Amino acid sequence: MSRLRPLLVALGLLAAWQAVCWASGAPPYILPDPLRVARALWGRADLILPHAVTTALEILSGLAIGTALGAASALLLAASRRAREWVLPVLVVSQALPVFALAPLLVLWLGYGLPSKVAMAVLIIYFPVTTAFFDGLRRTPEGWIELARVMDARPAAILWRIRVPAALPAFASGLRVAAAVAPIGAVVGEWVGSSSGLGYLMLHANARMQTDLLFASLFVLCLMALLLWHAVDRLLRRLVPWPSEPLHPA
Amino acid sequence: MQPAEPAPALHLEVERLAFEGRTLMEGLVLDLPAGRTTCLLGPSGIGKSTLLRLVAGLLPGAVRSASDGLPLEGRIAWMAQSDLLLPWLSVEDNLLLGYRLRGARGTELARARERARGLLARVGLAERARALPHQLSGGMRQRAALARTLVEDRPIVLMDEPFSALDAITRHRLQDLAAELLTDRTVLLVTHSPLEALRLGHEVRVLDGAPARLGPPLRPAGTPPRIADPALLAQEAQLLDALAGTSVPPLEAAA
Repeated sequence: MSRLRPLLVALGLLAAWQAVCWASGAPPYILPDPLRVARALWGRADLILPHAVTTALEILSGLAIGTALGAASALLLAASRRAREWVLPVLVVSQALPVFALAPLLVLWLGYGLPSKVAMAVLIIYFPVTTAFFDGLRRTPEGWIELARVMDARPAAILWRIRVPAALPAFASGLRVAAAVAPIGAVVGEWVGSSSGLGYLMLHANARMQTDLLFASLFVLCLMALLLWHAVDRLLRRLVPWPSEPLHPA
Repeated sequence: MQPAEPAPALHLEVERLAFEGRTLMEGLVLDLPAGRTTCLLGPSGIGKSTLLRLVAGLLPGAVRSASDGLPLEGRIAWMAQSDLLLPWLSVEDNLLLGYRLRGARGTELARARERARGLLARVGLAERARALPHQLSGGMRQRAALARTLVEDRPIVLMDEPFSALDAITRHRLQDLAAELLTDRTVLLVTHSPLEALRLGHEVRVLDGAPARLGPPLRPAGTPPRIADPALLAQEAQLLDALAGTSVPPLEAAA
């Protein structure tokens, strides 16, 4: 039953969608029914696919770069008191800035191509990854650090062999958030200015009243986002198999 | 199991130690006889763990010296109440943690691994060397922690209520095992159990009062691990009375 549940939920949603179409009598250019969207998906696959590849590239590069930058920043903050004193307030204040508002600027500076979208995704991912990992690095159970000190470990060894692995579960939850929001960054970047990508295709289809194509693109985008989240989740479960809390809080 | 080098006696002096304006200890002197186990008793909150941390060098504020005049760095092993096993390392790798942290490799690491395997067999965990800590029971984890403390092969061993989180039977077994494996090391064992102190200690000291003071050493007859015979149980009752009857610390100090 639990294996069938997602399928049943999907079927239920489709049925509800179809029911709304019938009940409202909305014309297809306002609300296409599921079958029409499926036909658009199948019939225009050759159009959708290249755009999907563009968006996937943007998301994956954004995720990779944002995660790397976030992890490096968290390590720097954890290792150096001076970095904490100078950089942390800037980082917190920078979050008051709505990142989406930067999208037009990014397009202006980096052009219509891939870099502006990747930058957008990086900006969105960077903060959750940094804070989650840094938080984890700060909360190493004191007992582990004391044990390491009695074992005559240097601070660098304590950081790499105890604090970093201890922070991996927290880092993993940051990475899960990042995987969930990365597609948003890429698509917002595409909406502001682009010549390819699913966001671009959706705007294009919208302007031409090809609402079925818009829905089909949206479906592909959702599918990609779900696949990405599950891939990241599975990978993290394999890499971080231990319980996130110590068995006896020290 | 003999230590690699003869265990020195340890001398510690605390001139004055205050925490949040309250004097915890003043003019306190602790002597740990060489190659003997000293058990430290006292009401909770009195500063037993603080004293142990001072001996370990984890807290500043004490002058420590060894009877052989050599520095104490690298000669102390520590075992806490919780096992402190790292959840991402296998049991065997947890035993080797100290060597890894100090950057040991090659033959040194290989020798440590041999030693770790031998100790795992002694504590009955040879079969579980590759297991992760969360796959073990509480008693097994504490046995692994004991083995990790001994893999370090250090002449001075400090133990902070290492058996208090265990059930009575597991605790009894581990006490015997620890007494056997800690022979000829200079051991300081903090405990809240008078019986544990009487079973395992060559000397039993009581920490009490505000600021905390050490009572004179009590030396039960025989060698540890002692059997809990009527004489020992009578001594336990006396100690319990003394601990309960003496100045009970105010509530905020007990926290």
